[in-house]
Amino acid sequence: MARLTVDDLKKIKEEYKSTLTLREGGSRAKITVHMGTCGIAAGARKVMEAVLDEINKNNVKDVIVTNSGCAGLCSKEPMATVEIINEAPVKYVQLNEEKIRKIFKEHVMEGNAVQDYALVVGSETAY
Amino acid sequence: MEKYRTSVMLCGGTGCIAGGSLKVKNALIDELRNRGLENEINVVVTGCNGFCAQGPVMTVYPEDIFYEKVTVSDVPVIIEEHFIKGRPVERLLYKEPVKKQTIPLMRDIPFFNLQVLRALRNKGLIDAEKIDEYIARDGYQAAAKALTEMTPEQVIDELKRSGLRGRGGAGFPTGMKWELCSRVKGDRKYILCNGDEGDPGAFMDRSIMEADPHVVLEGMIIGAKAIGADKGYIYVRAEYPLAVHRLQLAINQAKEYGLLGENILGTGFNLDIEIYLGAGAFVCGEETALMRSIEGKRGMPRPRPPFPAQKGLWDKPSVLNNVETYANIPQIILNGADWYRSLGTEKSTGTKVFALTGAINNVGLIEVPMGIPLRKIIYDIGGGISKNRKFKAVQLGGPSGGCIPEYLLDTPVTYEDIVQTGAIVGSGGMVVMNDLNCMVSVAKFFLEFTTDESCGKCPPCRIGTTVMLDILTNITEGRGKEEYIELLQDISQDIIATSLCGLGQTAPNPVLTTIKYFRDEYESHINEKWCKTGVCKELCTFYVDEEKCKACGACKRVCPQNAVSGEKKVPHRIDQSKCIQCRSCYEACKFDSIKIGPRSLRERLMETTDQEALKEIYTAAIAAKEE
Ligand SMILES: Cc1cc2nc3c(=O)[nH]c(=O)nc-3n(C[C@H](O)[C@H](O)[C@H](O)COP(=O)(O)O)c2cc1C
Ligand code: SF4
Ligand code: SF4
Ligand code: FES
Ligand code: FES
Repeated sequence: MARLTVDDLKKIKEEYKSTLTLREGGSRAKITVHMGTCGIAAGARKVMEAVLDEINKNNVKDVIVTNSGCAGLCSKEPMATVEIINEAPVKYVQLNEEKIRKIFKEHVMEGNAVQDYALVVGSETAY
Repeated sequence: MEKYRTSVMLCGGTGCIAGGSLKVKNALIDELRNRGLENEINVVVTGCNGFCAQGPVMTVYPEDIFYEKVTVSDVPVIIEEHFIKGRPVERLLYKEPVKKQTIPLMRDIPFFNLQVLRALRNKGLIDAEKIDEYIARDGYQAAAKALTEMTPEQVIDELKRSGLRGRGGAGFPTGMKWELCSRVKGDRKYILCNGDEGDPGAFMDRSIMEADPHVVLEGMIIGAKAIGADKGYIYVRAEYPLAVHRLQLAINQAKEYGLLGENILGTGFNLDIEIYLGAGAFVCGEETALMRSIEGKRGMPRPRPPFPAQKGLWDKPSVLNNVETYANIPQIILNGADWYRSLGTEKSTGTKVFALTGAINNVGLIEVPMGIPLRKIIYDIGGGISKNRKFKAVQLGGPSGGCIPEYLLDTPVTYEDIVQTGAIVGSGGMVVMNDLNCMVSVAKFFLEFTTDESCGKCPPCRIGTTVMLDILTNITEGRGKEEYIELLQDISQDIIATSLCGLGQTAPNPVLTTIKYFRDEYESHINEKWCKTGVCKELCTFYVDEEKCKACGACKRVCPQNAVSGEKKVPHRIDQSKCIQCRSCYEACKFDSIKIGPRSLRERLMETTDQEALKEIYTAAIAAKEE
C-alpha cells in the first residue's frame, strides 16, 4: 500500500475489526458448533464451514464462532447454540448446511430465533 | 481478508523462542494445513506475553484458553482435541502453584488478571511484525491526532497534566522535559529513545520493543512534534537482536506507509528515525554518555549543565526518553491526561512495568498500577515464594537501588514511597530473595557490577567502588574488621556526593540498604566469621543435627564430594575434610536436619576424632544456634 492518510488508518482498523473482536472479546453474538465424535460423524464440519462462509460473505465482524465437545444429545446432532448478547442461548438440533444458513440469516443477523429447528424449551429431559 | 474462527496467539518473545516456540509454530501451521483448517484457524506470533517462566506459552481466542510449556508433540493433540472437538487439553493448562488448581482461562489466572495493561496493552494481542495489526488496535491514531489537531503546546500540556514521569530510572516529568526543549531555538533538534536497558536481569524495554515496536515509534513521532525535531535515534544494545530486527521492520513499514519520513500523513511534518546499536556498556545508558556514543565517541558522561535540552546530540537541543516512557504516550494523547491520572497517586501516576524474578513462583513481566503495595505484587501476582521458602527481601532498582525487608512490604510502589526505604523504583527490575540469600553477598554482587561498569572518569566512583568491593570481599572471606561497617557507610557518602553521573551517585545504594536492614548479617560475618545462609564458603560449616536426622539419605545422594556417610536408620554425618560447602545437602534435606555453623566449628570438628567429644561439640553447636 502507498502512503496513508488519516482516513486510511481508520479503514485498516475497520478491516481488522473481526479479527480483533475475536481476541478482545466484545462480540455481539456467539455461535457454538458442537463437534463431539458423533457430531463430526453427523456432519458438524459442514455446519461449521457453512457458518464461516456466511460470516465471510456477509462481512460480519462482531460474531464469534467456537466449537465445543459432546453436548450429550448424540441422536440430535449436528447441533449448534446461538447466543445473542443479553439474550438466552438457543440450541438448534439436527442441523444441515441449509438450516444453519437460514438460522444465520434470521437469528444472528435479524434477531429472530428459528423456532422450527430449535430444541423446544423443556425438551432437554426428553431423551 | 479472511475471517478466522480461532486465533492462536503463540509467544515469540526471546524467552519462548529459546524454549522452542518457533518449532511449535511450524508444527501448528503444517498440521492445520494437513487437516484443512488453515482458513479457519489463524496462528499469530506475538511478542513476550509476560509469563516467560511457563514458556513456550500460547493463548487461544475467542475462548481465552491459556496453554503453557507447549512442545511440538503437543500440537496434534491440541488440534484434534481442542480445535476440532472443542475440548481444551487439560494437562497443558496453567496450574496454580499453591493450591495446585488448574485454571483454563487466561483472564482468571491471577498473574494476568491483577495487572493493568497500558504500556503493554498490545502484549500477546498482535503480531509484532505486522503494522496493520498495530493500526487495528488504534495504532498511529494518537500520532495523527497530535499532527493534525494539536499544537506542540497542547501536546506538552496534556503530558504535563498526565503526570507521566520517565520510566528509565530517574522519574523526571516527561512533559517538563519536552517543554524545556521546545522552548530552545534551533535549526535541528533530536528525539532520542533509550533502549540500552543495562540493569542486570531487566527485560521490560526489550519486551516492549519485541512485542510492540510501533508504539515506540509513535511515541517518538508525538515527541518530535512537541519539541520540533525531524531526526530521531533509537539506541538499542546489540545483545537484543530480536528487538533490533522488529524495530527495523517497524521503521521500514512505517516509512512505506508514510508514517515516517517526509510529509507524514500528508501533514507536512517530517521525521526520520534510525537505530543505533550500543555495545552494551551500562554507563552508555546515561543520557550524556549515550549521546556521545551515538556521535561515534567513547560513551562517557559529561557534566550538566548544559542539559541535553539545550545542547545534546551533536550539541543540538535533544530529548531522550526511555522505551516504556514512549510506550505510554500514544494512549495519553488519545484518552487524555485525566484518564491517565485515574490510576496511581498524585505524584506517581499511571502504571509501571516490572521484570519480576528471583525466588518467586511466577517469574515474568508485569504491569501494575502505581501505588500497589509490594506485598500484593509478590504474593498475589507473583504467587508467593517458590519452593516453600521464606521471603527475605525484594531488590528494586538494580545496581542503583536497594533491598527492602519483610516489614516494609506494605510500602506502596510509588516514586515517593520507595525512595523513603533507601531503594528506588528504578527502571523496573524486581528481584525477590529468600532465606538462602546472603545479603552481604547480594551487596557485593551489585558492587562488582558497578565497579566493572564505572567508566573511570571520576576518582570517587572508580576508586571508591573498588575500595568498597575490597572491603566486602574481605568481609565475605573472613577478613572482616569491626570498623568496616562504618567505613563502608563513610565511603558511600563520599561517592554519592562527589560522583559526576548517576552510576557513581547510586552505586552505594545496595550496600547502604543492606547495612540498614540486615546489619546483623554484616556483624555475624565480621564478628563470628559466620555466614548463616551458607553462601560465603569460608564462613560456614555444614553439619547434621543427629537428633533430628531421619536417615533418609537425601543429603548423601546429592553431595558431589561423597562427604556424607551414613546407613539406613543411622544418623548421617558430613566429613568436614571432604565438604566443599556447596550447600546441596542443606537444600535437599526435607527435615531441616542440616545446620550451618560458624567456620570455627569446622576446625574443631576436624581436630576431634573421639566419638563422644564429637557428639558434645554437635550438641553445643545446636544449642548455641537455637538460642
Ligand atoms: C549509569 C546509568 C545508566 C542508565 N541506563 C539507562 C537505561 O539503560 N535505560 C534508560 O532508559 N535509562 C537509563 N538511564 C537513565 C538515563 O540517563 C535517562 O535519565 C533516561 O533515559 C531518560 O528517559 P526517561 O525520562 O524517559 O526515563 C541510566 C542512567 C545512568 C546514570
Ligand atoms: S560516576 Fe562513575 S560511571 Fe559515572 S562518570 Fe564518574 S566514573 Fe564514570
Ligand atoms: S537429608 Fe536430612 S534427614 Fe535425610 S539423611 Fe541427610 S540430614 Fe538426615
Ligand atoms: S458426541 Fe455429540 S452429543 Fe455426544
Ligand atoms: S518470551 Fe514468551 S512469555 Fe515472555
